[in-house]
Amino acid sequence: MAPDTKHLEVTLDTHVESVNLAEEMCVRVAEAVGFNEDECYRIGMSVREGVINAFHYGNQEKPEKKIHLAIDLTDERMVIHVMDEGKGFRLTDVPDPLAEENLLSTSGRGIFLMKAFMDAFDVLPGRTGGAEIVMSKRLPLLGSPSNNGDGKAPSSGATPHQEA
Amino acid sequence: MPSLFATTREFSGITFVDLSGRISLGDGSALLRKTVRDLLDEGRVKIVLNLGDVNYIDSSGIGELVSGFTAVRNRGGELKLLNLTKKVNDLLQLTKLFTVFEVYNDESSAVGSFNK
Repeated sequence: MAPDTKHLEVTLDTHVESVNLAEEMCVRVAEAVGFNEDECYRIGMSVREGVINAFHYGNQEKPEKKIHLAIDLTDERMVIHVMDEGKGFRLTDVPDPLAEENLLSTSGRGIFLMKAFMDAFDVLPGRTGGAEIVMSKRLPLLGSPSNNGDGKAPSSGATPHQEA
Repeated sequence: MPSLFATTREFSGITFVDLSGRISLGDGSALLRKTVRDLLDEGRVKIVLNLGDVNYIDSSGIGELVSGFTAVRNRGGELKLLNLTKKVNDLLQLTKLFTVFEVYNDESSAVGSFNK
């Protein structure tokens, strides 16, 4: 981690309320560093989906397991890490929710939304034994209307995260 | 405080469900599921979900909309959407669910669609 990186980390229970808590916390940080309302919504939704993923798929809703959320603020980016204590997964194993055969699936859209709403997204083997979702968004330029989002749809080749 | 409120009303044999709040993991998704299941148990299979006051849906809420759509269709009925907010509209576009759901911007068009 670069010396000028600001780091915030919390450990959350595997509980539905942790999803709301994580979203609120990250939105507050995003607001504080100048992201506009739309970008805060996208960041909040991405954190929400990351923690839902950890809660439901990673930790299998087991209360004895924890969810680890961390935010790094570098000069350029807000980087969010969501770690679970599950078995981990590979992005290549996640079905495409836009495929015709998956459109009526009742689950499986969380990863897609995170890719869509963040600038960079990746899944790594986590330090806690499960999966570590790493996603980031470039900070708004000072003095700009802070509208740096383009609402783009995700591409299959999401840029891998580069640690600051 | 509950994150979602739902009230139902009837018009021309069609059940309108007026929703307000968030359809998200937890009580929001659960309320939507229960509302649709209760309507189906009462034999009401022409359903319009009015999402005009729904300002937030996450992947769990999307899944619940799809689940409701499938459950109603399996009973020989139809579930349609009305008055999407911009955020919900964008989300359904992004997830290609506009190709699945019939979406209307006014009640008379929604009512008329059941008579075609």
